[in-house]
Amino acid sequence: MNAKDIKAVSEMKAELTAPPFVPKSTADREATKLKVDMEILEETGEMADGVEYVYWTFGGSVPGSFIRTKVGDEVEFTLKNHPDNKLPHNIDLHAVNGPGGGAASSFVAPGHEITFSFKTLNPGLYVYHCATAPVGMHIANGMYGLILVEPEEGLAPVDREYYVMQGDFYTKGEFGEQGEQPFDMQKAIDEDADYVVFNGSVGALTGDGALQAKVGETIRLFVGNGGPNLVSSFHAIGEIFDRVHVEGGDLINENVQTTLIPAGGAAIVEFEVDVPGELVLVDHSIFRAFNKGALAMINVTGEEDKDVFAGTIQEGIYLPEGGTIQSMPSDDEDDAKEETAAVELSKAEKMELGKKVYGSTCFACHQADGQGIENAFPPLANADYLNDDVNRAIDIVLRGKSGEITVNGKTYNSVMTAQNLTDKEVAAVMTYIYNSWDNNGTEVTEEMVRKVRKK
Amino acid sequence: MFSKILSIVVIMFFSLISFGQKESMALIEGGTYIPLYGSDSMPVNVVDFKIDKYPVTNAEFKEFLEENPKWRKSNVIALFADGNYMRHFKNDTELKEGELQNAPMTNVSWFAAKKYCECQGKRLPTLDEWEYVGMASEKRADARTKDEYNKFILSWYEKPNSYNQEIGSTFKNYWGVYDMHGLVWEWTQDFNSVLISGESRKDVDGSNDLFCGGAAVGSSDLMNYAAFMRYAFRGSIKANYSVRNLGFRCAKSINKPNQ
Repeated sequence: MNAKDIKAVSEMKAELTAPPFVPKSTADREATKLKVDMEILEETGEMADGVEYVYWTFGGSVPGSFIRTKVGDEVEFTLKNHPDNKLPHNIDLHAVNGPGGGAASSFVAPGHEITFSFKTLNPGLYVYHCATAPVGMHIANGMYGLILVEPEEGLAPVDREYYVMQGDFYTKGEFGEQGEQPFDMQKAIDEDADYVVFNGSVGALTGDGALQAKVGETIRLFVGNGGPNLVSSFHAIGEIFDRVHVEGGDLINENVQTTLIPAGGAAIVEFEVDVPGELVLVDHSIFRAFNKGALAMINVTGEEDKDVFAGTIQEGIYLPEGGTIQSMPSDDEDDAKEETAAVELSKAEKMELGKKVYGSTCFACHQADGQGIENAFPPLANADYLNDDVNRAIDIVLRGKSGEITVNGKTYNSVMTAQNLTDKEVAAVMTYIYNSWDNNGTEVTEEMVRKVRKK
Repeated sequence: MFSKILSIVVIMFFSLISFGQKESMALIEGGTYIPLYGSDSMPVNVVDFKIDKYPVTNAEFKEFLEENPKWRKSNVIALFADGNYMRHFKNDTELKEGELQNAPMTNVSWFAAKKYCECQGKRLPTLDEWEYVGMASEKRADARTKDEYNKFILSWYEKPNSYNQEIGSTFKNYWGVYDMHGLVWEWTQDFNSVLISGESRKDVDGSNDLFCGGAAVGSSDLMNYAAFMRYAFRGSIKANYSVRNLGFRCAKSINKPNQ
């Protein structure tokens, strides 16, 4: 039957979800008159540890609320612009057949709401975004999200579904610069992104925010790219996509390593997770992952399967980096960074600064709780190698390390790059590490760092 | 001889009046400027006029309400003010907790703002007058080509909740006028004389004089972006709307001697 001829027989309020969650499948229901109620909020959020940014949002999150519809639905869309907002906004849904994707009909001033309607004709995963002048700025501040139009029978059932959306951000300060960071229009025009992130901020989907799965489950990710500028080379480290709905449409490709997601486009990726461990989702334009934040985690728990994976992680061939500029290991002593005499931080201050440095520099390899990645990156949590010799540890941070080492009885043969950090930052981050995760509580001073640097 | 004396007296009388206004209004010397709409980039002529140095405050508006009870929240006709009118007031006379007396009056409709100005013997500034004054930075009458000026405006546009600050808290411009940018949006007499369709990307095509292609499509010029956002905002409102971030100030034509 032609989608236009499907009659909506009932009426219901749409379930909207904040990322990374998606509403339940539409497979069990008929086409309906679906009432979508969405509020636009301009609000301050955290782009990275200690970095504040003013986001403009659909529904209070970046990306905006996930909308799940099915073919033949008559969507009655109410867009509310919060009275405290400063700007008019609208919404362009790529799922709409009609002028401006609804943008012209949805232009709404602060303190007002507007209702328009459309019928979903084409199944697929679509981006929606604000299209008010200057369009790029509205998108760059986070005004995008995904709307799914399911086929009549619904998408095939899977064990878990998640919502992940990439976006690039342009701030006055460079990556990691602390404090409130305003949007930088010139950088946006130059397409010179400071942050490339999944779900609106660095670390949104790592640590406590990591996605969860169990061995043997099939995962479906609804992946979008809000842009405004950059195209994503979406990849899961340690997993092959069994099926990809290319560009969110009908075409299905199988056994895909990296799928391209255009700005203002989407893809549905599905895969069964075969072994326990952490899968790392990245934009494989790889500096974005390790230096600009485009990194997310899926925590897979369950039984090991040695037939599938015997324990030699190939991903060790990367030289994964944190946000700090790094150089290869070196015996050269000229690298020592000039240090201005400063007052030693208190232990509490070191813990605070150290946590931030860890988040931008160490975390990509050694992981949020210092657990490392087995066979690739040694753990820092309760680690004998670390606790045995503080000067050796300082030396590794300053000069890097390559070759075989044994940590907690396991052998690692990898490369750690020299970190371009100040003495203050090294003292802070190492104090943080030594005073976290059951380590021995050593407080590292700048003097200790200086001594090792001069060695 | 007698008429000469009379004319001197008349001149003195007028200068007394204008001295009184000197306190609150700034004299703007007219000129031509090219606004950022219209594909033909026609220069617009602005004649000398006066404009309030500061936006109208909550306290000033309260005084107006005392004398004009029909504009109070409880009395106002819905046609002239929507449900958000005076939303930051507890009742007809008192501000809500945390609202400053000396902050710009917002949540006010165009009708109410227009009436307020009329009661002061003034009027709302025209869009062109407002934009003309708005071009000025601290040092220059037209700073639109200056990066820092545009960055200041853009960074204000994206900062929420700037309305609850005292008037005068942003910069004093070339004309001695405060808070043109950085506090609140402001009503103009003909705010919707530049129509935009609500689909700003469509407004770039040739069939439409607004948001000309040169500015919207090809330009990477920051100054256009700042203006676009003002025009987009104006395009989204109607005269009975009351908006938390939208206030106003009044202007006055300068009477020619023979009028």
